[in-house]
This record gives sequence, C-alpha cells and structure tokens, in this order.
Amino acid sequence: MIESLIKNDRAELTQSAKKASPVVLSTRVRLARNLADAPFPERATSAQRSDILSKCAGHIGDLKAMKEGVFFDVSQLSDLEKQVLVERHLISRELCETEQGSGVMINKDQTCSVMINEEDHLRIQFLKTGFNLNSIWKQVDSFDSDLEKSLDVAFSEEFGFLTACPTNLGTGLRASVMMHLPGLVISDQMERVIRAVNQLGITVRGLFGEGSDATGHVFQISNQQTLGESESEIISRLWNVLKTIIDHELNARFKYLEENRAKLLDKIGRAFGVLQNVHFLTSNEAMNLLSLMRLAVDFHMLPEANRSDVDRLFIECQPGHIQYAAQEGIEPELRDIARADKLREEFSHLPPLIFDKIGESN
Amino acid sequence: MADNLKCSNCNKEATVHLTQIVNNKIHKVDLCESCAQKKGVTDPQGFSLADLLAKSNLTQGLPDLQLVCSNCGLETADFRRTGRLGCSACFQVFADVVRPVLEDMHVGTEHKGKVPEVALTRQNSQAKLQTLRDSLARAIAEEAYEDAATFRDQIKAFETAVAELEATEA
Repeated sequence: MIESLIKNDRAELTQSAKKASPVVLSTRVRLARNLADAPFPERATSAQRSDILSKCAGHIGDLKAMKEGVFFDVSQLSDLEKQVLVERHLISRELCETEQGSGVMINKDQTCSVMINEEDHLRIQFLKTGFNLNSIWKQVDSFDSDLEKSLDVAFSEEFGFLTACPTNLGTGLRASVMMHLPGLVISDQMERVIRAVNQLGITVRGLFGEGSDATGHVFQISNQQTLGESESEIISRLWNVLKTIIDHELNARFKYLEENRAKLLDKIGRAFGVLQNVHFLTSNEAMNLLSLMRLAVDFHMLPEANRSDVDRLFIECQPGHIQYAAQEGIEPELRDIARADKLREEFSHLPPLIFDKIGESN
Repeated sequence: MADNLKCSNCNKEATVHLTQIVNNKIHKVDLCESCAQKKGVTDPQGFSLADLLAKSNLTQGLPDLQLVCSNCGLETADFRRTGRLGCSACFQVFADVVRPVLEDMHVGTEHKGKVPEVALTRQNSQAKLQTLRDSLARAIAEEAYEDAATFRDQIKAFETAVAELEATEA
C-alpha cells in the first residue's frame, strides 16, 4: 500500500537536504487536537472510532495543504509497512498499536501528516529538514486554523485545547528537533547537557539508541510543557536552548579536531573505507558510520551535495526499510548483508575524502 | 513478602519496576510484562520514562474524590490508573482532580495560547440557536403565540448573521 510513498522522489526527509544544516537534521512541530462532541479514542466504541475516522479524514482531505495526499487505514497496513512509516517519522509507535478505526493522512511531499485516533482524535505534524522552528510553527498553525473552520475542536478557556493526557493540555504543541551531536558525545559532555536542559523543561532522547550514548549520535530534543505559555513562548524558549546546544556542539567538534586531529581523521577515513568495502553490517554500526560521514560533510571532506545522501541513508538503513526494499520478510542476518550491499553500492559513487579543507568554517 | 505490586496501567501483576528522580521527587512505575512491552520500556528506541511518569505516577496522591463523567463513564479511579481523561466533558467533572496534576507538570496552570475563535463562535451560536428553537417549541406548545413570534424572529436574525459570518470567512 505504501509503495508510492517510498518511491516518491520528492519526499522531504529522504530527498531534500539542500536546506539541511550541520547539527540539525530535521525539525518537527505537532499539535494534539480533539473533537468537542466525541469521546477520546481510548474510550470510544469501535463504531464511534470509525465515525470519527471518516469524518476527520473527509475534512482533512479537503484542505489545500493535503492536496494529492494519501490516506491509510492502519488496520489495512502490514506490520512491515507500519514500521517503515515509523522509521520515516510519519506515524508513531502508539498509532501502530491501535485497534480498528485509526488512520493517517500524509501530504504529497511528506512534510505534513495527520494521525487520526491515536491517543487524541488528531495529531497534526509538520516535519522538514533543517532548523526552522518558526516557519514550521506558522505552517501547522495555519493548517490548524483551516481545520477549525470545519471541525468543532474541544477547547476550554482554562485548560486550552483538551487532550486525553494532561501532559498535552493548553497548546497541545510539541516541537522537536533532531540533532546530530557527535562532538558533545565524543567529549563526554552529553550527560551534562541533558541534565541542564531537563531543568529548563526540555527533553532529550536518543533517536536510535538510549540515553547519552545514542547510536549515530542523533538526539531528539523537545519541549516538555504545553500549558501556561503561548505557542510562540514555547517555540522561542526551545529555540534559545537549541541555539546554545548548536554552539556547544560546534565548539566541541573544533576543540576535538584541534587536540585529536589525527585520531578524528583516522576515524572518519576508516569509516569511509568500511562503507566502501563492507559485506555485513548491523543497523547500529551503520548509524555510527553514517554519523561520521555526516561529520565528514560538515568538515568539507565530502561535497555538501552528498549531505542529502547521508541523511537519506540514516533512514533507508533501518531494519524496516531494508526489509521493505528486499520485498519480503528477511532474517536479521540477511538484513545485515542487504544493508552492507546497499551502503557499499552507494559509497562506491562518492568522490574520495578531501583532507586539506578540514575545519573551514561554513 | 508483601502483596505483589499491580501494574499501574492495567492492574495485572507487575514484573517491571522503574524508579527515576525528577525534580527531586522519587517516581516509581510498576508495569506488567505486556504493558511494559506496549509502552516500549523494553525497546530502547521508543521509551521515555518521563512520558510514562507524567502519564501515571503524577496522578498519585490526588484528592480522594469519587467522580463519574456522565458523558463517557470515566471514574476517578480510571483517571488515576491511566492518567488520561475520557472526553471533553471530563474536564468539567474532574477539574479539581486535574488541577493539582498540572502544577508539577507545566509552566503554568492556565492556557495562554491560541484560541480557536471560529470553532468557538460556531459552537456558541449553535448552542444559542438550539436554546431559541427549544423556547420556540415550548412557546408553541403553550400557545404563547406572541412569544413564539419573537423567538422565530430571533432565530431568523441569528441564522442570517451566521450565514454572513461564514460568507466572509470563506
């Protein structure tokens, strides 16, 4: 069912890293919304859930932003298809667990997805490469305002937008930014950063791994609180924290490069060699090698034009995508072989690493 | 050994026990195996203790109010167990139970963000229209024809105003 999504050559996350920046891979803003007159998904009967699903899908499909979008009924998707959509950040794990009567609408370039009957009736998200919190907030805000013209949303003056879980009350807004932080990890600063930003109501979690040692050095950083502040206050508070993290990350990279130049170049050089010759590769190891390749682009050792390839491979090397590409459910060992084949082929087309422009500022 | 701990999500026997210190408070979560799996505790990619805590543990130690939502049937105990409300009417029924939860959870306890003006105006006008229609029906039933005429005019005026508003938005 999802073939058209995977083959789409204009998909934001896998195809458009021109706008991408060092440190930030992508930015996402989501809003939680519920209908005023129906029980929340968890307490709705399956008949009510079906009604909500078709009602919402109809209204959302009519919006301009969803032109040429696609709709999937979650119960019609295979486990593998769901996994692929999760790996592309288009649906949540929680949506996969839902019973009958849940769905998702995804727009043409996969920048907008709306989950229906997840924990709330609607979870509206906009997701783009690069660091652009404000413009994404504006987009999701205007989508939400358009939707409100045809749907009665649950709202109270005191609690704001009503959500099943009190953690989302008020604005219902969760903004998260995917950050590549090898400098902070390698210089052992990540735990300190996590503790510090937690104090500020900001959550950090590893995207592919756990805690401060996240595989691939990719972290998802988001606001924890949604009530008591306006949307723009939430966004600007998060923005300030992220800006500080970016500065620390860049400093850590250059400091490490200054003090451990040979060691770092050796790491990147070996990773490049491995990727060109590998025959068996686990998902975790792939993420760590790709992390070094992203660093190579940031250091001008690989052309900027290859940034989008690296970012795409972060997604395409995950287990669901490898299996989906193989057209059948394959065992982990065969997956590791398929992943190695794919990366070897991709990296055979890249130019050799350039070592004499390293560290030039962007 | 004391009684086995119950899963904070579904009341089965808990086999997974998590402890974390957040804002100098100790939070504990007990889960059965299937809920632990479902919540992604065993899956390093999808798990955040912070989310789980926010959803279950912070609802402990709330005022002991036995309430039921007449709209969706949610009871205080359900909210304590799952940390979730059942429908928009729940927020009126459980307001006193929800408020203390919010103090630890958010920057403030009152909404300061966007207001869905269009939807609210429409909802209010629909409610007002319904009241007028009810009054009209009652007036006719009571053969109070002068009142009925007044209500009918009000309904007409109201419908015209709403139609004009919608035309300007479109």
